Amino acid sequence: MNTWSILYDLCMGFGVTLKLFALTLVIALPLGLGFALLSMSKLKPLAYLMKTFIWIIRGTPLLLQCVVVTFIPSVLLKIPNKDFAAAIGTSITDLQFYFVLFAFALNYACYFAVIYEGGIKAIPRGQYEAGQVLGMTKTQIFFRVVLMQMVRRIVSPMSNEVITLVKDTALARALSVIEIIAIAYEKVNKYAVLTPLLYAALFYLAFSGLLTLAFHFIDKKLSYYSV
Amino acid sequence: MDQQNYLSVRGIRKSFGSTEVLRGIDLSLDRGDVLAIIGSSGSGKTTLLRCLNFLERPDEGTISVGGKLLLDAADHTTLSEAQIRRNRLHFGLVFQSFNLFPQYTVLQNITLAPTLALGEEQKRIRRAQGALAAQKWHREQVAEIGERAHALLARVGLADKAASYPCRLSGGQQQRVAIARALCMSPDILCFDEPTSALDPELTGEVLSVIRGLKSHDSTMIVVTHEMEFARSVADRVIFMANGIIEEEGTPDEVFGNPKSPILQGFLHKATDMR
Repeated sequence: MNTWSILYDLCMGFGVTLKLFALTLVIALPLGLGFALLSMSKLKPLAYLMKTFIWIIRGTPLLLQCVVVTFIPSVLLKIPNKDFAAAIGTSITDLQFYFVLFAFALNYACYFAVIYEGGIKAIPRGQYEAGQVLGMTKTQIFFRVVLMQMVRRIVSPMSNEVITLVKDTALARALSVIEIIAIAYEKVNKYAVLTPLLYAALFYLAFSGLLTLAFHFIDKKLSYYSV
Repeated sequence: MDQQNYLSVRGIRKSFGSTEVLRGIDLSLDRGDVLAIIGSSGSGKTTLLRCLNFLERPDEGTISVGGKLLLDAADHTTLSEAQIRRNRLHFGLVFQSFNLFPQYTVLQNITLAPTLALGEEQKRIRRAQGALAAQKWHREQVAEIGERAHALLARVGLADKAASYPCRLSGGQQQRVAIARALCMSPDILCFDEPTSALDPELTGEVLSVIRGLKSHDSTMIVVTHEMEFARSVADRVIFMANGIIEEEGTPDEVFGNPKSPILQGFLHKATDMR
């Protein structure tokens, strides 16, 4: 048993973890904003549809959603996943990763949507009215006035979600995505020692520590004004 | 007579649910005049201002400025959002609670809206004369807006606060920034909704003296206020509202010196009693 080779393999696995983490954020952060706007839409049916979707996604386990996603090609397109992977020119391993990413992005977009919505609703009506009487358009008011104040208000709840996401990535193992926990387990079985799991825990700890610092920094950066 | 008056408001009615807040308001105002609106809470003063600024749509009535009909409640053809924006820019509004944008500096608060308003015209120039001309025009306009903003800040006595954030300012200073911000859009008529009601008594003076200073610049203004002394000294005409109608109107001397309606007499009695 070589500690360095174990650490190296865990590093590779953590790379997959980070990839899933980062891609989920890149998709879910803007998508969640879209969801939030839809669920506050003046078109009632649209708003209710969005709220129902958010309810379903938040009300069922992420693990279940990951599994359900893998059945989409066979149910909708009536082709097995192997053929689907070939059709879109990717390997079955990568396809599994995309399935997980899809489920994660939708899931986190829904949680973000609720946070965004809370942040937007907390902004006093006077801010919108001030923009209106100054002749700004709705879009300008949203992007120039509301959005930054919303961001300022949601830093803490967002930091919670983002740190939860780091650890949720371990669920990807259920769809055979080889991330750090999968590799740690493999090492545990191979060498009959528990240290790989301890190492994996340290990876998570270090990364959430970094994120905590990052959010602290963002919070400080934004505290030049009070809302 | 409608043609002679700069602002002409006719038959404004507004209900919220079953509560009729405005029950037929007629008023007119000449250019450069200051109109003070007084009355107890719930008399409809604020709703009237909000109607003028298109924050509420009246159920009935018309609003015209300079002979141009801006709103006819009977006309149900919906105006485009752009048209409503153009119409409302005849009016400016200073809020009771300032409503400055907290994430922007004082200067940015003032320049934001006029700078954003350049967009449409810039697009037109780009189509007509190309991107370079449009860019040049935009640069000149932005510089001009900046100068105007600095001049306005100097006028409200805050030239040294351009780079400060609103949360670092006192309430009185914030309200003066809000006044400068409204003025930077060059409204025909500037409305104030109880501009000093959210301020500590020792800060009201600075805001009122700024408003008084605007009068000497020939600004046309409508001021909803509880400051009776101020209304009396700065207004050319005073309107007393009660229960959604104009109960009494006239010159300050008429309204304060010789009130006819018993409701106004009672109101003034209480208002002066509190001092």
